[in-house]
Amino acid sequence: MQTLFIVAILGLGFLITFQIAKASEYVAVLRGEDKTRKQTNRVNAFLLLLFLIIGLIGVYYCNEKLKGKILGEAASDHGVLIDRMLYITLAITFIVFLITQIALFWFPFKYQESDKRKAYYYPHNNKLELIWTVIPAITLTVLVGFGLFYWFKITGKAPKNAMEVEVIGSQFKWEFRYPGKDGPGGRGIFGKKYFKNTNEANGNPLGQLWDDPANHDDIYVSGEALHLVVNRPVRMIIGAKDVIHDVGLAHFRMKMDAVPGTPTTMWFTPTKTSKQMIEESGNPNFVYEISCDQMCGKGHTGMRGTIIVETQEEFDVWMAAKKPQYEVAKEANNPQAANDTAAAKPVAAVINNK
Amino acid sequence: MNIHGNPEVVTTHAVHHDEHHVHHHKETFITKYIFSQDHKTIGKQFLITGIIWAIIGGLFSVLFRLQLGYPDQTFPILETIFGKFAEGGRITNEFYYALITMHGTVLVFFVLTAGLSGTFANILIPLQIGARDMASPFLNMLSYWFFFMASCVMISSLFISTGPASGGWTVYPPLSALGQASEGSKLGMDLWIVSMALFVVSSLLGGLNYISTILNMRTKGMSMTRMPLTIWAVFFTAVLGVLSFPVLLSGLILLLFDRNLGTSFYLSDIVINGEVLPNEGGSAILFQHLFWFLGHPEVYIILLPAMGMVSEILSVNSRKPIFGYMAMLGSLFAITILAFLVWAHHMFVTGLNPFLGSIFVLLTLLIAVPSAIKVFNWLTTLWRGNIRLTPATLFAIGFVSLFISGGLTGIWLGNSTIDIHLHDTMFVVAHFHIVMGVASIFGMFAGVYHWFPKMFGRYLNSTLGYIHFWVTMVGAYLIFWPMHYEGLAGMPRRYLDKSSWVSFTQFGELDKMITVVSIIVFAMQLMFVFNFFYSIFKGRKVTTQNPWGANTLEWTTPIRPGHGNWEGEIPEVHRWAYDYGKDGREFIPQTEPVGENEKPH
Repeated sequence: MQTLFIVAILGLGFLITFQIAKASEYVAVLRGEDKTRKQTNRVNAFLLLLFLIIGLIGVYYCNEKLKGKILGEAASDHGVLIDRMLYITLAITFIVFLITQIALFWFPFKYQESDKRKAYYYPHNNKLELIWTVIPAITLTVLVGFGLFYWFKITGKAPKNAMEVEVIGSQFKWEFRYPGKDGPGGRGIFGKKYFKNTNEANGNPLGQLWDDPANHDDIYVSGEALHLVVNRPVRMIIGAKDVIHDVGLAHFRMKMDAVPGTPTTMWFTPTKTSKQMIEESGNPNFVYEISCDQMCGKGHTGMRGTIIVETQEEFDVWMAAKKPQYEVAKEANNPQAANDTAAAKPVAAVINNK
Repeated sequence: MNIHGNPEVVTTHAVHHDEHHVHHHKETFITKYIFSQDHKTIGKQFLITGIIWAIIGGLFSVLFRLQLGYPDQTFPILETIFGKFAEGGRITNEFYYALITMHGTVLVFFVLTAGLSGTFANILIPLQIGARDMASPFLNMLSYWFFFMASCVMISSLFISTGPASGGWTVYPPLSALGQASEGSKLGMDLWIVSMALFVVSSLLGGLNYISTILNMRTKGMSMTRMPLTIWAVFFTAVLGVLSFPVLLSGLILLLFDRNLGTSFYLSDIVINGEVLPNEGGSAILFQHLFWFLGHPEVYIILLPAMGMVSEILSVNSRKPIFGYMAMLGSLFAITILAFLVWAHHMFVTGLNPFLGSIFVLLTLLIAVPSAIKVFNWLTTLWRGNIRLTPATLFAIGFVSLFISGGLTGIWLGNSTIDIHLHDTMFVVAHFHIVMGVASIFGMFAGVYHWFPKMFGRYLNSTLGYIHFWVTMVGAYLIFWPMHYEGLAGMPRRYLDKSSWVSFTQFGELDKMITVVSIIVFAMQLMFVFNFFYSIFKGRKVTTQNPWGANTLEWTTPIRPGHGNWEGEIPEVHRWAYDYGKDGREFIPQTEPVGENEKPH
């Protein structure tokens, strides 16, 4: 009913507007087209000026209304750099925006058609062209300079003490793997994996190769939040099982695609614990979210993961309760699976598959 | 059509003139309106098909805006129209993605490529360079009919049980390659590829024709640097299309192989719904390189014709020459070259080598220089003019405004550092809709209002034109300006339901406002369509040959030119197209010889 009502109103408005437009055309012919044209010209020139003024007020109003709804301070070191770059660019582009838009709408008002005025024959001026080639070029060089300075910082090598975690996307969930502590100095090493070994029923959702000892202490986490340590750099090794996904971390201002077959990486340092963010944002439900930012199918809109940033002690307590996936798989396939390492070899897997 | 019987004309213009014209005296309805080889009719066919597509594509956007603005409401009418795709009056997720995919494909390719450059290249090239028709009117006709076939195939995909392609207009594999990944990746995707292949053929036939016509068939005296900027713009557009569309086609053929023949160009290491696929060694990113090698030039394929028409319309209606003709030409050329060298800025967060990324940052921001030159030249063209604000002029001014707004946010996104945060968010949606979508549509409207009298011998109702402009202009900014803030908050694009999120729920009211405005703006476009068709038959008749007082050659033809355009000889050109307000004269047509005491420009 409501839809019908709206359609009826639209239809009526349509009809009335058209009748007025038709009538105005006849009136124009009667009054003399030249006269009418000059009048509409004045009206439109005035409207352009009005649009400029109301538009600029609107830009201010829109910003007042919405600036509180964007994310607040970045929660990672890289995020701070990205925000700074964003505000540098905002400052420069907004100045250009103001100058050009004001000129664009002011000129048609100022130089609207009039019998008294003659258009100024002004076909070219090389000096002017040079000015507005060189000034934008210099400005852009500055922006490129800043941008690349930050870009190389952000995409450069992760610090040695960075903790590593694997993030795997699939329709429509996130899974994580921690490397354990089997490397030198307690740094974890990720065990090898091969996608054809993936078998959820056998407790091997990531396709780990159980005959690689590095896999024996790797911790698999799914269905709960990814835990990170505050002020400790984290390097994410990102992959996908089925289609392209994207690890989007709006609060950290970070993002990286998850591509099946091609692992990608990114690193950053979370600088605020989840508790701190709850206090700062005043939102008791606050949680760091992982959003899938690359269209991945019908569940894309709900492909949500969460992150908890906490202190090292809290993290250690959480981690201590975790059991390596190797053990889980062994139990699931009791008693052979853990010994039956032959099936885990790639070659064998290929044969098995056929 | 007496010119064809005139032996003098035939001999004088044998070079320009296709032999077969001489024999075609009687035209039937079919040869005149359907399988016509007259460039003007083909242009109108492109325009009208484009308009129909624009209504379909625009309607899709209104439907999914309903879902976005009112996520918890049901609209029974949707179920009536779409059946199982909108069960219970709510668009299903799968169909939502099908709608946005179709909206993007239709508007980018069918409306803003075929409908824009197809229309105006066809209508304006022979008329403005002084030729009787295209180099090959037959290929030109085929170009339209391939487009028509592409349209039929695309439409048919809307009616199959698994629905049309739903992987986004960029159709990234593996999503688009695997039927298991999405309903839309089943038959719908094959139809999408076939349709696009036909479209590429259409675009190549058209483009090659435009290029050869412009290079070979200019009338006497029409040197390249005397051509109006519209012609330069469609020329570069055609060059872009001819060089980049084949790359898209090859990419799509590989995708077709991956889908149907078991190859692994884009597929590797895939476990989908627990099923392990045999493919190994492919690269999903390869497709993105191939796609964006067309995809980015495509942006300029859409924009350049609009730029050309805006230059022409602003100059004519300011009664002043376009400022810096050579600079305008140079910047068009620079944009054309750079368009091929920036594609990977769509891929900063795909795992691209950061060093390679930095090169693309540099090249991308470099495009801002020729773009800035164009903007400042348009502004100077308006400066100290004697400006007539016809609906075409208003739309041209609107184009410049939107081009500035959207171009400046391009400087944000082209800088990879900022792109990390803004990539694939609503900010991108706002950016490209303003700079590529709405701006180019404004250019197209400007062109339609300006050349409608030439196309149909009648005027569009200008009061409706003014209302159309103001509602669309205000609406465009209301829809897309606040959308930037959603992106700044990190809200990903292509999210239809934010209820499960904590970070993205704060824009509910804004989404409602945007939906309401987009419905109003869409209704306004329907009024334009009504005005368009009504005026073809009932509009006020054009009574003078040159209603805008313009210099270019199309206004030296009869009010309703027949096939062949000029009765008698094609006029000779003696000057550039922009002698407005020179030596105290309001305008000096290109056909007028240069006087002895005249200043050079």
